[in-house]
Amino acid sequence: MNDRISRALAGIKNRTRSRTFWRGIFSLTVFTLLWELCTYLKAPIIGNVPAPSEVVSTLAVQLHNTYYWLSWKDSMIRIFTGFIIAQIIGVPLGLFLGANDRAREVLFPIFEIMRPVPPLAWVPVSVIFWPSAEMSMIFVTFLGAFFTVVLNIVEGITSIDVRYIRAAHSLGSSRSDIFWRVLLPASLPSVVVGMTVGMGITWAVVVAAEMVASKTGLGYLTWRGYVAGEFPLIVVGMMSIGIAGYFSSALIRLVGSRFTPWLKTR
Amino acid sequence: MMKTTLTPGQRAGEMSMENVCKTYGADVLTKEVLKDCSFTLEKGRLTVLVGPSGCGKSTLINVLAGYEKPTSGRVSLDGEPVTGPGPDRLVVFQETALFPWMTTFENVSYGPRVRKELSGRELADTTMQLLKMVGLEDFAGKYPSQLSGGMQRRAELVRAMINHPKVMLMDEPFRGLDAMTRSLMQEYYVRLFEEHRGTNLFVTSELEEGIFLADRLVILTNHPCRVKKIMDVDLPRPREFSVMGSPEYLDIKREALELLHEEAMKSFAAGAVNAADFLEAYSKMGEEQARPKAGKDDGEGQRVTRTGSAYENH
Repeated sequence: MNDRISRALAGIKNRTRSRTFWRGIFSLTVFTLLWELCTYLKAPIIGNVPAPSEVVSTLAVQLHNTYYWLSWKDSMIRIFTGFIIAQIIGVPLGLFLGANDRAREVLFPIFEIMRPVPPLAWVPVSVIFWPSAEMSMIFVTFLGAFFTVVLNIVEGITSIDVRYIRAAHSLGSSRSDIFWRVLLPASLPSVVVGMTVGMGITWAVVVAAEMVASKTGLGYLTWRGYVAGEFPLIVVGMMSIGIAGYFSSALIRLVGSRFTPWLKTR
Repeated sequence: MMKTTLTPGQRAGEMSMENVCKTYGADVLTKEVLKDCSFTLEKGRLTVLVGPSGCGKSTLINVLAGYEKPTSGRVSLDGEPVTGPGPDRLVVFQETALFPWMTTFENVSYGPRVRKELSGRELADTTMQLLKMVGLEDFAGKYPSQLSGGMQRRAELVRAMINHPKVMLMDEPFRGLDAMTRSLMQEYYVRLFEEHRGTNLFVTSELEEGIFLADRLVILTNHPCRVKKIMDVDLPRPREFSVMGSPEYLDIKREALELLHEEAMKSFAAGAVNAADFLEAYSKMGEEQARPKAGKDDGEGQRVTRTGSAYENH
């Protein structure tokens, strides 16, 4: 265990030392300075954006504000509730549709029709449909992740190389062996991709839904900044959403790589 | 010449194909792939199939393995008709079909594990013993993506062998390997075969590889695929690469090349591209025979380069 920690630390050290890291730091610094300069000089369009210094001071205030952290909490709860329900229903459904040709032929057209409808277009309907705003928001986040996951799994299973299935048959696998030892693991990489993409969509959806239907959450925080004319708060909200999205996706990738150890073994 | 007198392995089976036809499509779009194919895979012997490109060798393998049903004719194993795939007839595929999500150990032990024939200690011992035989004992915990092409083929070979199949069906298993690895694999394979004496079918596009390995050589025709001739290869076993310089070997090669040449001429007349390649290679045969060679083509789907045996290209 100690060994693993020290290796991880060495990894971080290496990355810090590497040129790539410093180039990244360099570009971010230049970006921030240019931004500050533009707002200072009142450059057209960009001049109306709050300066980085203002944003930082607003952020410092927000970090001590319970309401700011409640916004994080509320958005996170919506995201993960919708996302997890989408997995609980979507993964088995995707596996079922992928492994069962007839079921796929019958049910897949429904997905084909529903898929092009952007999850955001569901917001008005779901606000009417569900008894509470909270439920309607969770519903649209659920939709955002659900279709991506189902479609990715179906795609993953139907594109499995027939040689694997033939080899498994030849070696004497039963139907359940084929499913559990071949179809399921072979489709896992697609499941992980579907989850990662789904998580991205989920954030896009929840932010929009919060602006329309909520009085809490990071999306609402950003919207309130606009309504109240507190422009630095808008930027703080945007950055918070970006960071939250990044870490949620990173979490999915981390969990995903645990389940697909054979993919990163070069 | 010494005859092969070794006794066949205990579990070796005899497989036969009688008047097998296979057509795809219907009505005007019918494509006849196999026509009246009859041959026997004799018990404990290594039969090699050679034939022009796209002549339906893979279809033949699929029919023998039970993945596809013949349109007419009969396929049987030890007298019993073949109705579907099973662990008594195992295929080693052209490209590796090792499961990428399992380690080498899990891949090799897959068959006995799902059939619940072996478990625990016994399964581990058997698997490790086989891995050792092909020099993979240190790679038991690695995933296929961490193995080289040659290692993957060896793992695949033992994944089939652990099941003691009655018949092993090898569908161009060494294709795509570089020349060095390929000749190493031929040595590994010929040793494994001579040790176990299972019934083996080996499909190849390389005539030289075919003769080197074979007890019997089945030469196929093109469009549709029929058996043109079955030749006995009475070269001494254990086989060494040096056999490829012997007059007996060269006689067999010459005869086989002439038969294949006839086929190529027909294909050429029918407008097949690869036939032109073959004819070019055939004309170089004279000089080839003057200097016996050890190296082999890498077989990576290339056009004819050096020998008449590489007339094939997928």
